[in-house]
Amino acid sequence: MNAITPRNAPGNTPEHAYNFAYLDEATKRMIRRAILKAIAIPGHQIPFGAREMPLPYGWGTGGIQVTAAILGPRDVLKVIDQGADDTTNAVSIRRFFARVANVETTTRTAEATIIQTRHRIPERPLTEGQVMVFQVPMPEPLFRLEPRLAETRRLHALGDYSLAQVRLYEDIARQGESGSAYNHPVMVGGRYLMSPSPIPGFDNPKLHNSPALMLFGAGREKKIYAVPPYTEVRSLDFEDHPFKPMRAPQCCSACGSATSYLDEIVADDQGGRIFVCSDTDHCAETQGQ
Amino acid sequence: MYVAVKGGDAAISAAHGWLAQRRRGDESLPELSPAQIEEQLGLAVDRVIAEGSCHDRALAALAIKQARGDLIEAAFLLRAYRNTLSRFAACEPIDTGAMRVQRRISATYKDLPGGQVLGPTFDYTHRLLDFALAAEGLPPAEPEEADAAEATMPRVTELLAREGLMSRDAPGTDEAPPDLTREPLPFPTPRPLRLQSLARGDEGFLLGLGYSTQRGYGNAHPFVAELRMGEVEVMLAPAELGFAVSIGDIAVTECQMVNQFAGSAASPPQFTRGYGLAMGHGERRAMAMALVDRALMAQEMGEEATAPAQDAEFVLLHADNVEATGFVEHLKLPHHVDFQSELEKLRSIRARWQADRDAAPIQEAAE
Repeated sequence: MNAITPRNAPGNTPEHAYNFAYLDEATKRMIRRAILKAIAIPGHQIPFGAREMPLPYGWGTGGIQVTAAILGPRDVLKVIDQGADDTTNAVSIRRFFARVANVETTTRTAEATIIQTRHRIPERPLTEGQVMVFQVPMPEPLFRLEPRLAETRRLHALGDYSLAQVRLYEDIARQGESGSAYNHPVMVGGRYLMSPSPIPGFDNPKLHNSPALMLFGAGREKKIYAVPPYTEVRSLDFEDHPFKPMRAPQCCSACGSATSYLDEIVADDQGGRIFVCSDTDHCAETQGQ
Repeated sequence: MYVAVKGGDAAISAAHGWLAQRRRGDESLPELSPAQIEEQLGLAVDRVIAEGSCHDRALAALAIKQARGDLIEAAFLLRAYRNTLSRFAACEPIDTGAMRVQRRISATYKDLPGGQVLGPTFDYTHRLLDFALAAEGLPPAEPEEADAAEATMPRVTELLAREGLMSRDAPGTDEAPPDLTREPLPFPTPRPLRLQSLARGDEGFLLGLGYSTQRGYGNAHPFVAELRMGEVEVMLAPAELGFAVSIGDIAVTECQMVNQFAGSAASPPQFTRGYGLAMGHGERRAMAMALVDRALMAQEMGEEATAPAQDAEFVLLHADNVEATGFVEHLKLPHHVDFQSELEKLRSIRARWQADRDAAPIQEAAE
């Protein structure tokens, strides 16, 4: 796969009818204000006036709006979905920004200044100056326990997370471990319970003390929240039942990695399975070494 | 090695090419123009401008053509377009009392000042397929026009209010109205925002909710005090001008629904109103909206709120079909990373379950 796609030559943009990165500047300013607030109160959900985007709700409109608000002409953008650069939705969003912002895009984690993601954090450790933009379906970590936003807002204000703790306790009492495999809630800076978005529990530890800025955008639910660099992020657990990130115990059949998160692929109808890295860039890099 | 199915540029382009071909259909038939859609599928256009929250019938017609007649997809296209327009001013409140009425009916009075004007309605048609329409024929005969539409038409709710039988809405303020397209909905939600949300809500969803209030879920006893449809003038007062000027006419449908209210310690028993307004010709939408608007007032009126239609969070957060269709349809996106973690989780839990079972002492049958 080609790694870097250069910008179009100036004046060669197909979509010069739209503002840079699609959104008008007033909307971008509004989103940036929400982002700044979110960074100032790590893990706290900031309501914002999310707009309709030309992509459907649930397909990354929150992430796209955050990316559109922070994207500059010199940024290099990487978009992944399920860890991969070549899944349909990642292709579509990357194309969107190449079209409306005319920015360089890349598939290499190391080269990207902004990485928009759905459901994964790259394997390669992120560095200072990089921004992760997460697409978030349900920003409220308590929504399965309390669907009413007026009530969850009160619980967050009081720091009352007993509902989540009781749920975790019940899971452990009943089945010996937590029931959530992905989107396992985290405590940010010891204050706010936060949904890490539906990343597998395997990726939760990567949020802790990361040098990169983590921004979370929920378009349909109209919320933005953030984890600033070097912030404490702990997965919800108990002292005697510490959080355990999980992965398939196999090795990647393409690069041999025994540490990366794996996709399970059905190889035949005889029950055959093979496992490959979900992070396509990481896999290609490991194969190249 | 087996290669997982990946969606590349080529596949997406090919799929979109196929879609374009499907949109055009059989090329031996003449292509549909947006102007034809605007004229001949006018109610579809009206639904799209209402749910797309953008009064531009030509663009709505184009969206319907582009969406192959999928009206939710068309509303979505129109919303995404509307969203790129800058908001430079808010118009004056439209005066539906001064509407150039094409239709105006009241179910609460046999006759009333201004009269009953049926207008272009499906009401009282026999729902028999008209096979003559399948053949191209002569244009329909010009209908007779009464001059009732020229008469003044006081609002029915005002007639009741003068007698003290109908509660009055609080007078408007000079404050700029809130705008749900610019700010997220707060809860509890003030009525102007509730009405905005209902006005662009999915017609089917509103219809089902409104219907449920009639069937005991919300304890409504509604009457259509008045339903009117016609053209109103849109007035705008630019700051630099200091007075309002007309910027054009739009068609709207307005429904005022009368409901009983038992009264409380503070207010006497009287009628209360539910209000519905739809851009274009949208009676079903305006009526359903009026029912739901009234149901959502339960809390403010100190009524017991037990039904779904009385629950503002439930109603307002699920009424928007662009939001709803996006999230429901996003389930088509790959979820294999989450699913993989579920697989590992289930295997782990099953392994522990099996180990516990194997370790447990065998129960005697006699016990």
